[in-house]
This record gives sequence, C-alpha cells and structure tokens, in this order.
Amino acid sequence: MSDADETWEVNRARDGKDETFESNLPKKGPLGQAFAPVAGFGITLRNFFKPTVTEQYPRVKTPPMPRYHGRHQLNRYADGLEKCIGCELCAWACPADAIYVEADSNTPDNQVSPGERYGRVYQINYLRCIFCGLCIEACPTRALTMTNEYELAGPTREGLIYEKQDLLAPLEEGMLQAPHPMVPGTTDGDYYRGDVTEVVKEQLEWVRTNRPDEPTLPENAALAAEEAR
Amino acid sequence: MTATADKAAVETVTLTIDGQEVTVPKGTLIIRAAEQIGVEIPRFCDHPALKPAGACRQCLVDVASPGPDGNLRAFPKPQASCTMAVTEGMVVNTQHTSEEADRAQKGVMELLLINHPLDCPVCDKGGECPLQNQAMSHGHSETRFVDVKRIFEKPLPLSSEILLDRERCVLCQRCTRFSKEIAGDAFIDLQNRGAMQQIGTFNENVLDFDGYTPAAPAAEDESGRAFSSYYSGNTVQICPVGALTSAAYRFRSRPFDLVSSPGISEHDSSGSAIRTDHRRGKILRRLADNDPVVNEDWITDKDRFAFSWQNLSDRLERPLVRKDGELVEASWPEAIAAAAAGLKAARDGKGVGVLPGGRVTLEDAYAYGKFARVALGTNDIDHRTRLASAEEQAFLGSTVAASGLGVTFADLEKAPSVLMVGFEPEDEGGVVFLRLRKSLGKQKVFTAAPFLSRGAEKLAASLLPVAPGGEAALLDGLDGDAVEALSAEGAVIIVGERLAATPGALTAAASLATRTGARLAWIPRRAGERGAVEAGTLPGLLPGGRAATDATARAGVAEAWGVDSLPSTEGRDAAAIIAAASAGDLDALVVGGVTASDVTGLADAVANAGFVVSLEVRRSDVAEQADVVLPVAPPSEKAGTFVNWEGRLRSFATAIATDALSDYRVLDILARELGADLHAGTIAEINGELAALGAAPAPQRPAVPAAKAPKAPKKGDVVLASWHQLIDEGALQDGEPYLAGTGRATVARVSKATAKAAGFSEGAITVTGATGESISVPAVITDMVDGVVWLPTKSPGSWVAQELGVAPGTVVTVKGGA
Ligand code: SF4
Ligand code: SF4
Ligand code: SF4
Ligand code: FES
Repeated sequence: MSDADETWEVNRARDGKDETFESNLPKKGPLGQAFAPVAGFGITLRNFFKPTVTEQYPRVKTPPMPRYHGRHQLNRYADGLEKCIGCELCAWACPADAIYVEADSNTPDNQVSPGERYGRVYQINYLRCIFCGLCIEACPTRALTMTNEYELAGPTREGLIYEKQDLLAPLEEGMLQAPHPMVPGTTDGDYYRGDVTEVVKEQLEWVRTNRPDEPTLPENAALAAEEAR
Repeated sequence: MTATADKAAVETVTLTIDGQEVTVPKGTLIIRAAEQIGVEIPRFCDHPALKPAGACRQCLVDVASPGPDGNLRAFPKPQASCTMAVTEGMVVNTQHTSEEADRAQKGVMELLLINHPLDCPVCDKGGECPLQNQAMSHGHSETRFVDVKRIFEKPLPLSSEILLDRERCVLCQRCTRFSKEIAGDAFIDLQNRGAMQQIGTFNENVLDFDGYTPAAPAAEDESGRAFSSYYSGNTVQICPVGALTSAAYRFRSRPFDLVSSPGISEHDSSGSAIRTDHRRGKILRRLADNDPVVNEDWITDKDRFAFSWQNLSDRLERPLVRKDGELVEASWPEAIAAAAAGLKAARDGKGVGVLPGGRVTLEDAYAYGKFARVALGTNDIDHRTRLASAEEQAFLGSTVAASGLGVTFADLEKAPSVLMVGFEPEDEGGVVFLRLRKSLGKQKVFTAAPFLSRGAEKLAASLLPVAPGGEAALLDGLDGDAVEALSAEGAVIIVGERLAATPGALTAAASLATRTGARLAWIPRRAGERGAVEAGTLPGLLPGGRAATDATARAGVAEAWGVDSLPSTEGRDAAAIIAAASAGDLDALVVGGVTASDVTGLADAVANAGFVVSLEVRRSDVAEQADVVLPVAPPSEKAGTFVNWEGRLRSFATAIATDALSDYRVLDILARELGADLHAGTIAEINGELAALGAAPAPQRPAVPAAKAPKAPKKGDVVLASWHQLIDEGALQDGEPYLAGTGRATVARVSKATAKAAGFSEGAITVTGATGESISVPAVITDMVDGVVWLPTKSPGSWVAQELGVAPGTVVTVKGGA
C-alpha cells in the first residue's frame, strides 16, 4: 500500500462516511473501453503519415531566426578601431551579472577605440548569460550586438568565460587591426555618425612604422593568407 | 555646524518651508534649514565646508518674508537658497510646492546642459554624478538645443594627477574656492567670460609661487602653469561633475563595481578618516570620509593617492627563508621554525635588537614590545628609526604616553596663538595644516625654523629664525611678542619629532609651556609613532608610560603579563641597536616596516647582524638582506588602531579580507615557537591587556627630561637642515607616478650669504657630509638663516639618509656647482 492510499484511508475514516469520486474525463463507450489498452498505438500510426521534423544536428546546422539572441559580438568601425569604449553600461544593465569590463585610457601609442577611453578587459560569462539582450540596448556606441551563434557549450567553466578576443568581430576586408590612430581631423562623434568609412594612409603609415609585420596591412595580406593556410 | 555650541545661547528663527514650520539657529541658510526637515533642494556649488557662492543658481526657490509693516512680501524672482539666510516668519516654497521655483530650476538645468557634452559613458563621474541625478530629477527629459556645443581640448592636465575637462565644468567654483579658502593654493581660478568662461591655472611667478614648481611637467593652459598642491585631490572629490578627475582613477571603474570600506589613513599621525573603494580585492581609489573631529571633509593627496605600494610586484605572499645564500619561498611552519631557531641562538648569545618602525598599529606595537621583553628578554627595542634621543624618550614617557586625549584638532583651531618648533605644518602635518589655516587671521602663528616654508607662509606665520641645533636656546630665550601671545588662554606649542635632534630642545619647549601656560602638543610624522609610545616600544618605556628602569613598574607589568620578571638591563635605542648590530655586538635583529634607505647605517647593520628576521609587506631592502622574511598585512588588509597625535584611538576594520596576517599574529606565533606565550593572538586580547594595564601612576613614569642646550656651531660652519616633504620617495608612495609628479621639485635652500661663501650663484649646489658622500641638486637662494643648507629628506635626487649618510643638524660642506 502506498503512502497515498494510506492517506486516503485515513481521510475516509476520519470523515466517517463513504465518498465517491467521479472522473472529469469524458466517459468512454463500451468499444472505447475494449480498445483502451492499445489506443496509444494510434498516435504512433498517425505520425507515420506526417512530415518529419527531426533535425540532423550537429551534422546539419539550421540557421535560427535572424533576430535570435546568440553569442555577443564586439563590433568595429570601418577602419578597424573598436567601437567599445569600456563604459560598463552593458555590465550595469546585465540582470545576470555576466559581463565584466575594465576600461583604460587611449594613448597616442595605443589608440584602440576612437576618443579617450577603451575597454581593456571585456568578459562575458556564458554560464551566467541569459541572452536577454539588455546589454545590447544599453550600449551607447552599438559596439555590442548579438550574433546567431548558439553553440555555447563546453567542457570547462573557464572556457565559457569569453574574453575580448573571443568576442571581437573579425576584421573585414580593408580594416586595419587596432591599435592605430584615428583618421586625422575626426572626433569620436564622426566615427559614431558613420563618417569614417575607410582606412586612410596616415593610419597605414603609422602601423607600418610601429608594427611592420601587422598581417592586416595590405602588403602583408598574401603572407598572412599563406600562414592561415 | 557647531552642534557643541551652547544651546541656550543660540538665537533661533522660525520659518515655513513647503508649509512645514521649522526653527533653526539664526544665520542658517535656507538650503540647510530645508535639509533639516528633509526637503532636498538641488544644488551644485553649495558645499557645507565652503563659503556660500551662489555660482550655479540651481537651488532657486520662492521666498517671501515679512516687510516692515509685517505683511508677507514675496521676492520678485526666485532666490538662491544657498546664499540667503533665514529670517523670522520667512515663507519658502521649493520646487515641491512652487511651480515658479520648479520652472526656474528646470531652466537653470537646461542652461547648464546646453554646452555640456553629456559624454557620461566615457566620464568617470557617471553613476555618481549629481548632474546626472539632478538632471533626471529636476530637468527636462528632452533637449531643445540643436546647435553645435562649445568644444574644448580635453582633458587638460592641471598637474600630473589632476585632469580638467572644461566641457563638463558647470562653473560652480567649488574647486577654486577650496583651493583659495581651505588649502591656500590658489593655483586655479576662473578665466575668461561668457560661454568661454573656464577654470584654469595661473602662472606661479605672477602669484609668487617661486621655487615651488611641480616635479613633473604638466600641460599648460592659455595663461598658466601646473596645479601643485598637497590637497589637490579634494577638488576631484567635491567637483559635482566629471570636470575634475584624477589620472590614477581615470577610467578604472564605475561606482557600482566598488565596495566601499571605511578606514584610517596610514600616511601621517593625523589619523584621517578615509574610504577605500575596491573591486575584486584591488583598491581602486581612496576618498576622504567626513569626520568632523579630525579631518573634517579633507585629506592630503598622499592619503588619497598613495595606496598602490601594497600591491606592487614585490609584494610578499609567502614566507622566505635563506638557504645557501638565496631567499627561497617556504611554508609558514618552516619559516617560523627557522626564525625561532635563529632568534633563540641569538637570545642566548649577544642578544637581539627589535626595530618595529613607526608605521605600526597600536596592537602591532604592543606585540613587538611584549615580544622583545617576554620572548627575547631584552629592552633593545625602539620604533624611532629616525633622529631620537634619551631626552625625547623621557619627554614621551613623562608627558605624552598614556596622557589620553590632549590638545585636539578643535583646540588647534580655537587656539589664539600657536608656536611650531621642529614641525612643518604642510609637509609633516597634512590635515593639521588645514585646521590651522581655518583660523587664518584669527590666530597668531609662530614657527621656529631656518626659513619660512610655504606651509608656514600660508598660515601667515611669523618666523623665529633658527638654525638646527639652536632651538633650545631660542625657546629658552624667547620673549616679547611670542611669549605674550603664548600666554593667552588656549595657546598651543606644537613640537615635532625632529626636535629630538637638538639636545635640550624638548626640555626647553616643556619649560616654555610651563612659563606661558600654553599647552604642548607632540605631532610626529608617521602614523604609528603615538601608538608605539603608548604600547611601550621604546627601550626605557613599558606600556602606559611606565619606566622600564622602575622596579615597581616592571613588577606590575610582569604580573599583568604572567611572567616572573621583565629584563632590567638598560635597553639600546634605535641608533645604538643599529650601531651594535653593525659592530657585531648584537647577534640578531627583528625588523618591522623600516626601509634601509631611510635610516643611516641600517643597511650595514642588517648586512652585519648574524641573523635578521624581517616582517614586511614587500620585498624591501631590509627583507632582501634578511635571513627569514615573514609576510605581514598592509593596513588595508588588517584591522587595528592608529593612535593619532591627539591621543585619539582611530580604529579601523579590515577593508579587504585576505589571508595576510597582521604583525601581532605573526609575533604571537613566533613567540610560541620561542617558548613564550604573548597572549597577542587577537585584537580583543591585546586591547583587553592594554586596558587592564592602564596609565602608569606618576611615580612609575620616567622623570621629566632636563637636558642642556648644545653649543652653537662655529662661525662659518654650515649646518644641514632637512625634513621630509609630504610627497616624496617614501616607500609608501611607491608605484604612484601621477602623485609623484605633483610633489615639489627637489631644491636645496641656502641664504644669500651662505651661497656667497660657498661660491654659488646659480644652478646646482653640492652638499658633502662628514663621510665624504655628497648630494648635488639645484639650489634656490632663500631668505633664511645664514650658515644653514636645507635639503628635502627623501625627494628625488636627495636621499639624505642614504646618499649623504649624515643626520640633519650636523656640519656639512657646501659648494656651488654639481
Ligand atoms: S560593449 Fe558597449 S555598453 Fe559595454 S562597455 Fe563597451 S561600449 Fe559600453
Ligand atoms: S559630468 Fe555627469 S552628466 Fe556630465 S558627462 Fe559626466 S557623468 Fe555625464
Ligand atoms: S571644475 Fe568642477 S568644481 Fe571646479 S568649477 Fe568646474 S564643476 Fe565646479
Ligand atoms: S547651490 Fe545655490 S547657487 Fe549653486
């Protein structure tokens, strides 16, 4: 006798009268009652004739909806400077406390983003992130957006704390790896408004002098491609 | 506000604010009266510690007051509530009850924001910004301004530490008012007019700051030079916007990242209340905490910015033991065993000397004292790793130790006259200077020094010119104005720790105090000095001012400590311990937070002593030479008590919990290994014992000193004068280049006649000590006593103890040229 039955007995005894209970389910006819034990096979049978929904993941990957909240990305301006200014507003907005930012000063030798300030340390802990997207709303420079990447599992905890280099957008064609100076005569406002559209020669010159081996310099492109291979 | 004033005598005024009646003392400002009933009026320029300015106009309220006929008459326009004092029957309507006031405030806010960059994401003030907050609570939510905003180059470094963003400035003038009214360093002021009005620095030559240039170059604005003040960090704290920021904290964090812990500054004997803001166990900034009885709202830049020393790469995390000539990391049990073995051998041999240093907390000092006497059986302990004398010890034992709260900050402020001897208010006093300056014009200040330092000058002090060594004679022979002023009720004589260098000077100061009825205040430089005196880390002093030479006192302490007897042999003082260790007359040394480069001869002593145990936070020059190094906690990682110069107990709790041990814990463990129980395992135990011991009865104290004044130096001899500048190369200021840049440039000072005799006209000067070592630094001809050369004690290029190897007060040779 299970515990529940015992309770039942006790209650009944206490009430001192017999009770009857009626099921809410519709009553089955005699035929229905006869087939009841095998009725479940009906569902199986019915699904033989329906379209297949099985996903062949991970052999076949299906793209999610375009606005799916996946892994974050730290974007860049057209000349390769980072958009993130290390303001920590994303960290402030995060309800799960998944973001950790430490900012620092841009200097003439180390201009990472336009303006005075850049994010030196940027971490998102994907064990905490709930993909709500509040950080994206908070970001004043549109540095932070979300990609569609959803494969965020791993064997270690450390591996799921993504660092800045894991989150930075890849350099597109024509972009120059930061740090390098801003386009001469522009302000961070010009960058923000989208007035900077390409790398200029002063920036190329600066990188040539300071990091001649920089793979994103046009003259090093062939070499870099080779190395990548 | 002086709440202590006699309540009955205070005239009060009753007025109505937002329909609520309130009675306040006459002369109260409307904004303060409103605060008392919980009505918050928005403000920027108003600051309780500064004089009203009415600069920002954010605090406008509607005011009506009864006219001569008794009828209520409203002011035609809203009035600034931070400048207007309350009157009887006044009716004030703030933004809560008056649409007019609300509209006025919103209008002011709109004007303030017209040229404001609103770059909150890159602004250090974001998240704790009164402008942000008040724009949200009292501003329009939409801007109507569509034109281009005014642009300034930013940031503009006023000094290496203080950065100014003129775009964000709301021209409240808190910074300039602080600099002028409180610190007396009017390096910055309002410049230009209209939209171009801005804060800027002025040329120090114009303002007569000759010879006090900052050490590092700072950018110049249109007209100016750099902002070189020991108190400049306070402007950053009181700036209501992100216009003034510090280079050290720039972009380091947001307020919501920070955990704030209250604390006490470890940098001087004032015991200023500070707030330590840390993130993930790392200190990011320190702010002044308001403590009306001690530092009020202000701290020095050293208190504020010098904290990175404790987390530099040379921070010790594990004990070190010397093996085959190399210091290697060891476990605690191994290191303690090694230290105990070495000390035991030395104890049974020629003995051990203990140098706790002057930065210890009261509890640590007590443990050092007890450790020396109980575990090592010696009186060879002295925290005074500076100029000291037996006379000073007698003075400390008879007048300072266990005397409780003596002269206080408030007494200094109220004193009708103050005499400072062997004490530089700005360089050695920190916030003591600010307190004295508060009474500028109401107080007669005299300073006995070779020249009028900038700090003394800002106090409008009268100089009693004296060469080092002449203080005793000066005090004995003092008459005229100074004696008359000091005879006034409440007058104070401040003696600094440097006075110990002149025989007879402390005796003379004490007798002058008796002669004039002035009160005596001993203001040492380092934070632990007073606590160490209380705890008895002097060769001739036991806790509570008991003389170690007095058998009854010894017996009493021995009983309290549960030991048979205390060592009765006369102890050596710090200089003697160092000499003995160098000469091989001591077998071992236990050294606390002392830097060898600060103390002449210590490096030799450490090298020659057979066995050295160092209790250090960092791999200091002493630790590097030691045989066993036991890591201890810096003040932010431990709890304890500093006793400030007033005798006030300044207890603080652990700001950042780590597993670093305080000195007393380490000594307690070490003593056990040596077979003695110190009962000094916890702060409660130590404080319990200290309280039980109490102050010594008069007969058990050392006698009041009676030393003779020295002979005056020969004519033609040049005597070295020296003191630490507040911002210099002290070990506790390491790792803070921005702060170092605001220190004063290193210069030597000589009088015209001395310069002439030395063949100096311009450029560098070379000072050579008796040992033949010398220092060459640029010199400035100063209006000062002849036959004296002044050098900063540990400023860049002028490490007197290490490079010159002679003490201030000795005769040196001076030559023009490098
Ligand atoms: S990602 Fe955006 S919100 Fe986050 S720190 Fe960078 S700029 Fe600020
Ligand atoms: S001062 Fe305040 S309002 Fe102005 S930019 Fe900084 S945080 Fe924003
Ligand atoms: S810098 Fe700050 S404190 Fe100074 S006037 Fe401007 S807003 Fe006020
Ligand atoms: S607070 Fe009153 S005018 Fe600024």
